[in-house]
Amino acid sequence: MIKAILIFNNHGKPRLIRFYQYFAEDMQQQIIRETFHLVSKRDDNVCNFLEGGSLIGGSDYKLIYRHYATLYFVFCVDSSESELGILDLIQVFVETLDKCFENVCELDLIFHMDKVHYILQEVVMGGMVLETNMNEIVAQVELQNRMEKSEGGLSGAPARAVSAVKNMNLPEIPRNINIGDINIKVPSLSPF
Amino acid sequence: MPAVSKGDGMRGLAVFISDIRNCKSKEAEIKRINKELANIRSKFKGDKALDGYSKKKYVCKLLFIFLLGHDIDFGHMEAVNLLSSNKYTEKQIGYLFISVLVNSNSELIRLINNAIKNDLSSRNPTFMCLALHCIANVGSREMAEAFAGEIPRILVAGDTMDSVKQSAALCLLRLYKTSPDLVLMGEWTSRVVHLLNDQHMGVVTAAISLITCLSQKNPDEFKTCVSLAVSRLSRIVSSASTDLQDYTYYFVPAPWLSCKLLRLLQCYPPPEDGAVKGRLVECLETILNKAQEPPKSKKVQHSNAKNAILFEAISLIIHYDSEPNLLVRACNQLGQFLQHRETNLRYLALESMCTLASSEFSHEAVKTHIETVINALKTERDVSVRQRAADLLYAMCDRSNAKQIVAEMLSYLETADYSIREEMVLKVAILAEKYAVDYSWYVDTILNLIRIAGDYVSEEVWYRVIQIVINRDDVQGYAAKTVFEALQAPACHENMVKVGGYILGEFGNLIAGDPRSSPLVQFNLLHSKFHLCSVPTRALLLSAYIKFINLFPETKSTIQEVLRSDSQIRNSDVELQQRAVEYLKLSSIASTDVLATVLEEMPPFPERESSILAKLKKKKGPGAVSVNELEEGKREGGELNGGGERGGDNSAIATSNASTPSPSADLLGLRAGPPVTAAAPSAGSLLVDVFSEAGVNDDGFLSSAPPSVVSEDPAPPLPESNELLNKFVCKNNGVLFENQLLQIGIKSEYRQNLGRMYLFYGNKTSVQFVTFSTTVTCPGELQSQLNVQSKPVEPLIEGGAQVQQVINIECLTDFSDAPLLNIKFRYGGALQNLTLKLPVTINKFFQPTEMASHDFFQRWKQLSLPQQEAQKIFKANHAMDTEVLKAKLLGLGMALLENVDPNPENFVCAGVIQTKAQQVGSLLRLEPKRASSDVPINRAQQ
Repeated sequence: MIKAILIFNNHGKPRLIRFYQYFAEDMQQQIIRETFHLVSKRDDNVCNFLEGGSLIGGSDYKLIYRHYATLYFVFCVDSSESELGILDLIQVFVETLDKCFENVCELDLIFHMDKVHYILQEVVMGGMVLETNMNEIVAQVELQNRMEKSEGGLSGAPARAVSAVKNMNLPEIPRNINIGDINIKVPSLSPF
Repeated sequence: MPAVSKGDGMRGLAVFISDIRNCKSKEAEIKRINKELANIRSKFKGDKALDGYSKKKYVCKLLFIFLLGHDIDFGHMEAVNLLSSNKYTEKQIGYLFISVLVNSNSELIRLINNAIKNDLSSRNPTFMCLALHCIANVGSREMAEAFAGEIPRILVAGDTMDSVKQSAALCLLRLYKTSPDLVLMGEWTSRVVHLLNDQHMGVVTAAISLITCLSQKNPDEFKTCVSLAVSRLSRIVSSASTDLQDYTYYFVPAPWLSCKLLRLLQCYPPPEDGAVKGRLVECLETILNKAQEPPKSKKVQHSNAKNAILFEAISLIIHYDSEPNLLVRACNQLGQFLQHRETNLRYLALESMCTLASSEFSHEAVKTHIETVINALKTERDVSVRQRAADLLYAMCDRSNAKQIVAEMLSYLETADYSIREEMVLKVAILAEKYAVDYSWYVDTILNLIRIAGDYVSEEVWYRVIQIVINRDDVQGYAAKTVFEALQAPACHENMVKVGGYILGEFGNLIAGDPRSSPLVQFNLLHSKFHLCSVPTRALLLSAYIKFINLFPETKSTIQEVLRSDSQIRNSDVELQQRAVEYLKLSSIASTDVLATVLEEMPPFPERESSILAKLKKKKGPGAVSVNELEEGKREGGELNGGGERGGDNSAIATSNASTPSPSADLLGLRAGPPVTAAAPSAGSLLVDVFSEAGVNDDGFLSSAPPSVVSEDPAPPLPESNELLNKFVCKNNGVLFENQLLQIGIKSEYRQNLGRMYLFYGNKTSVQFVTFSTTVTCPGELQSQLNVQSKPVEPLIEGGAQVQQVINIECLTDFSDAPLLNIKFRYGGALQNLTLKLPVTINKFFQPTEMASHDFFQRWKQLSLPQQEAQKIFKANHAMDTEVLKAKLLGLGMALLENVDPNPENFVCAGVIQTKAQQVGSLLRLEPKRASSDVPINRAQQ
């Protein structure tokens, strides 16, 4: 079972957190801090698995993570999951994000936190894997999108606001970095 | 075209987020957030009804604030309003908020349940999925009560959309995990199992998680899933990489599902049906073969997916542990991965090999990789991988490679990561003890351990080395010498001082002959460390000092001077002060004899499972060890503590303890059962009075029966003496003989090959016994087998009085006869002459040995020669009573091994007979057959 999915950036700022087992809010924050502490000090070419931190269940739990440009994707899982399988799952999730957002970057996750949640819900439900087929996941997301459009009511205006915000926050032009198969823009964000 | 239309965001939300991002400091951010929270609160509380869009926006803001680590304690009501809406986007965000910020307010849950109920019956698949998601994420008891009956119906209904089926399967799984009593599969079982055959791979993916969980809990009801899983797996494995289209991931067909199918099969033993098994073996072989094929893609995702399946297949092969051919192939495959350039594969290979090492088919094959694993321990850059390498070394260790592995682990400890040092220390200590042939090697290893990683050496480890040194006299001299040398290092760890203090206090005399380690040199060396140590260590050193006074009278004045100094006798710590005062007094008033008795060498510790093992199990997490074992470990720790700190001064302190209650009474070993009883007899004459009170003593009963004339020669043994002897096979104390004149009581204690017996001769008459004398003889070949010395006894026993005699027994080699005790005395002028057999039987020299089931039966099987085995079937004289039998077997002197024999009716015991010439291990199995009341005894000796 997947106990929690944590996405945070290189500075430990959480970008998405999802717990599938109940933890009180302050405990959730501690887990995020501990996990960041464990993961961030590791080199990029070491292995992607490490023994779980002390907070989230002890020795039966592992942290399985991938580091993409500015973001860490960490899955806390128990021993019933295949390590390499979860690595693939992270890749599927990120590739799906990339398809849905077209070259996903950290900013997409910040400004569309709700959307990221909805995409994740098509992959993982209650800590178990719902679907691994990327085309199927994207089809579901597109279906949601159409329903959202059909309900209308939202003008295109905010879109301009978003792009304005994105530009005004970037001290330099985002560059593209090739990681594996997907392009992730790496905005050099000032930590906040 | 991106699937997510980035444009349709909420302007207010975007502005808020960029405000936060522009905050220059943490304070500014908190200020901005608090302002926003106040704004949202007022909006929610305001009179004006908010439209759906605003509610959505505010709820979204709350989610963002929550993500930043701020507690959100409101907004749930608005979220419930949203999820009850008919608009998809509102419903979606409402459910999301509830799923992320779970709230157990029952009023709220009731409202949510209502909305879920509506959505589940809406027949709108999207709404149904949202509702199911919410149940799966919250998973509360109230939800289980409301929906556990409904969801299986949705799951198996013919007209349910695939996406809804997927959600329903996982939703049901979640409810089953939280409230198994409410999820009744009964009638649905077969239809759920058949989801493994579903056309839609996504449905199978979701359903297999559910089926795996259900199978673990009810393996019998779900066992039909085995053949279905095998045929599904076979279809996937044998398909071309293009067959499964969307479920093919980087040229690997359905890797996730394959892994899950292989996991499901690990819930069951190998299939019994030959055809199914054949098909499965074929699948496993295909997977192993594919691993050797050239990769279809250079991408890491391709090899990841392929290897994910491979590792699961290997896990299944290890789980079955029945196909030597596959096991060896698996081991070879893992061997290749050990040197793979991918760190992940090296990590997983080490991890899998660890389980493989415990299989008898592959243990040897795993051992061939020892150099690679040692190399990994030395050169891997990643601590996770090094940890796995250390685990594997521990798992593959046996007698043949123990020295090499322990040496490597020790040298690794010098540079090991702090996080794994304590575990490494425990493992080294366990291996060193388990595979020690030569105990000087063991002592060296543990002292090295303390030198290299003293901070990580837990109490259990140093208690254990002391136990072992005390119990094995062949290593005591070496230990004293080594520890003396180790203490000469300018800076040595406090644990070293503890071990040093204890061992020199006990065995310093063994090296005192060398002028370089003369008593005074030893003392000065110890005392030079004294002031740098903590209170418990100083207390231990004080005990060592008083032992020095006994061992080396020439150090007495120096040590008394130290004890008398203000820093000891007026120490602010009450324990130290008390020890100093008492030891000083003891050393000045007690005679050498008393001192020698009180401060005698520690008796051996009873054999028991190493408490280090318990500690390691504990470290490995509560899952690995039952509560019982933990308690056991704790209790042992406590006893050891008593034993360790006591340092042999039990009587001295125990007596003074009554007048000045010590705050740390447990230090005195008062609650330590076995060590104290073992120590008691060694205290010799001091305690004899206590014993004599226990002797049975009737009031004078005048015998009127004049005994017949008796010759001066020792009488032949009494006819009943054999029976008397049998009475004492399983007990050490009691009345040996009684007639109208005389009663003989007996108390005996044995340790290793030595025994001490106290005989109490009670005069039951009111008339003196005169010229009372006893002789103990060993007839025939017993003379060369047993060495018996009796101390002379008072020739006169007053009427109604009791005298006592001490007999020392040394077992030289195995024997079968019993020594004879002849007693002669005159009662009223008539000579009394009688001869008894002394109840000394070979089993008295048993030392109990604990061993695990595996060890027991392995040894049992080794004892196959006819002269190594004895079997006897006999009729039970009494009704079988487990507790009585247990007590008898314990009385026999062997260790009664619980949970060793698969048949709980049987009793198995193990012990080592200690004779001077040799030690003989013995195993015993008692198989009671209730119907016939026959009790066959199996007994094997080696």
